Amino acid sequence: MSASSWTWEDHRVLPTWAPWAAGGAGVAAGLLALLAGVALVVAVLVGAAATVVALIPWSLAVEGSRRARDRMVTLTVTGAFALAVAPLISLLYTVVSRGIDRFDGALFSESMRGVVGEGGGVQHAIVGTLVITGLATLASVPIGVMTAIYLHEYGRGGRLAKAISFFVDVMTGIPSIVAGLFAYALFALIFGPGVRLGVMGAVALSLLMIPIVVRSTEEMLRVVPHHLREAAYGLGVPKWLTIVKVVLPTAFAGIVTGVMLAIARVVGETAPLLITTGAVTSVNANPFGGRMENLAVFAYNQYSNPGVPRDPYIARAWAAALTLLLIVMVLNLVARLVSARFGVRQR
Amino acid sequence: MELAPERAARKPEALASGVPQRLGDRVFSGVAKGAGIGILVVLAGVAIFLLIEAWPAITAPAERIPGGEGLVDYIAPLAFGTVLAAVLAAIIAVPFAVAIALFVSHYAPRRIAAGLGYVIDLLAAVPSVVYGLWGVSVLAPASRDINAWLADHVGFLPFFEGPASVTGRTMLVAGLVLAVMILPIITAIAREVFAQTPRAHEEAALALGATRWEMVRMAVLPFGRSAVISGSMLGLGRALGETMAVTIILSVSGIVTFNLISSSNPSTIAANIALDFPESSGIAINALIASGLVLFAITLAVNMAARAVINRREKKEGR
Repeated sequence: MSASSWTWEDHRVLPTWAPWAAGGAGVAAGLLALLAGVALVVAVLVGAAATVVALIPWSLAVEGSRRARDRMVTLTVTGAFALAVAPLISLLYTVVSRGIDRFDGALFSESMRGVVGEGGGVQHAIVGTLVITGLATLASVPIGVMTAIYLHEYGRGGRLAKAISFFVDVMTGIPSIVAGLFAYALFALIFGPGVRLGVMGAVALSLLMIPIVVRSTEEMLRVVPHHLREAAYGLGVPKWLTIVKVVLPTAFAGIVTGVMLAIARVVGETAPLLITTGAVTSVNANPFGGRMENLAVFAYNQYSNPGVPRDPYIARAWAAALTLLLIVMVLNLVARLVSARFGVRQR
Repeated sequence: MELAPERAARKPEALASGVPQRLGDRVFSGVAKGAGIGILVVLAGVAIFLLIEAWPAITAPAERIPGGEGLVDYIAPLAFGTVLAAVLAAIIAVPFAVAIALFVSHYAPRRIAAGLGYVIDLLAAVPSVVYGLWGVSVLAPASRDINAWLADHVGFLPFFEGPASVTGRTMLVAGLVLAVMILPIITAIAREVFAQTPRAHEEAALALGATRWEMVRMAVLPFGRSAVISGSMLGLGRALGETMAVTIILSVSGIVTFNLISSSNPSTIAANIALDFPESSGIAINALIASGLVLFAITLAVNMAARAVINRREKKEGR
């Protein structure tokens, strides 16, 4: 833009309500298309196209190509976000609408013992979920927290710490089914092939949980203010007591949040339990006493091996999926609340 | 702001070394170190135990492996299906993830941006079995018309050769569901780094008269490129190992094909294990564990490459 060719024309822009107007036109076009009887997907496409057609040529005429391209990108990224939320909404709607049928008292007070066809519940699967996930948590929290303490408080910058840190990251990428195979291979060597125990599932799940706990704990240790440590050292408190009495309590809420998110991540695991804990129909709370089943495996088995008639099995699968989804959502929500309410104050 | 606590960290270290080493200190640091070493041992144990249990299948004569053609011929089509599904998912998810990350970090109003980011994170919280059930009962039926259209109009491409599946339980749907599942992983990493773009770069671009898109293209995208690459690879790794969604959605027949919309699809390693393991015994179990070992190796390679990219970037920034 040389000074001689500069005019006020270059600075003409669309009014601020222009994108909203174009969006409104798009929504109207989409609704019209829907009234005309096209499929929902097509109506959404029509609406999106109408928005683009309403805004871009207008912007091109008034503001020029650079601003028109800018508006096109804004529309694209906004549309991409909206499109990504669509599966979430569809999924939540599907699970709730199909799961609500059997989401009743019997679901939680009965197991599948002796049940053929109608009725039955997930009591055994809930017990299984609690025992397997609980054991996995008991195993992974101490290991995960201590490793994080080593990484952040002791081993900083050392070669061992770097190696551990790298492999913890790598561990987050282990496919859950491989964790299951590991637990199976481990126990098959001890108890012989074909073994199915609740504790095997716990081993597999803790393999998935440990790296999450390590990472989130380390993150929390990092935000503990250093003047707290210095104050303790200054009073002659040994380092380990400083960690136990000062650092960990300060980071406690964050660590709890991390553990809850880790639980939320593994509570819905299916694949590793399918091959380690097997399937069962009656309540079994002994992790060393044979087969167990969690909610996810229950949902999968009901869906993939339905009896005749098929409907009660499918309904139970959806009810179990709804229960599972509620557990996961509550865990996530509470975890966020804990970290928002009790987290380390950061400036 | 990022650097301050890191720099401060070195001082107390020096102080702490002046504190006399007591028994409690030695025990506590020993336990902490032991936990860390334990993790390395466990990871090595995963490889070792899988290898031990896979060994009978590796040394067995070809005709005893399921399929009767030997271990390589047993695993190769599965590995092909695994890579096909994961790459398909990554191709679909990466552009979306970049766009969404930009939306949350640079386009959405500040006040609601964090909430919108949380909505995307919720996608990661949904258990895979629920994704599978949703995919097979909502997305698969909905894809039937699209499959038929693709077969009719772009059937000349090998991907859409058809005949179109009537159930919709196709590789395309499996790839789509996997894409939704890995979207939050890629988005989270890209978003975090996009938001760290030096303020000065952004403001310099805007001050020179750049539009917002030009600023993003000149300042944000170059800064976040390695994060997008590593995030995509982490997403790819997750898609490679994802089991239940594929197990439930895909109707498999063990063939090798690029055809994404037919009713006969290659299976994936993970889905094959989930389907066959509960009913298998003897050498078939060992063959399945051998396939798991291959999956472990593939995902390990992808993840280590992704981490190497991230670490190099962090080193470059002096973090």
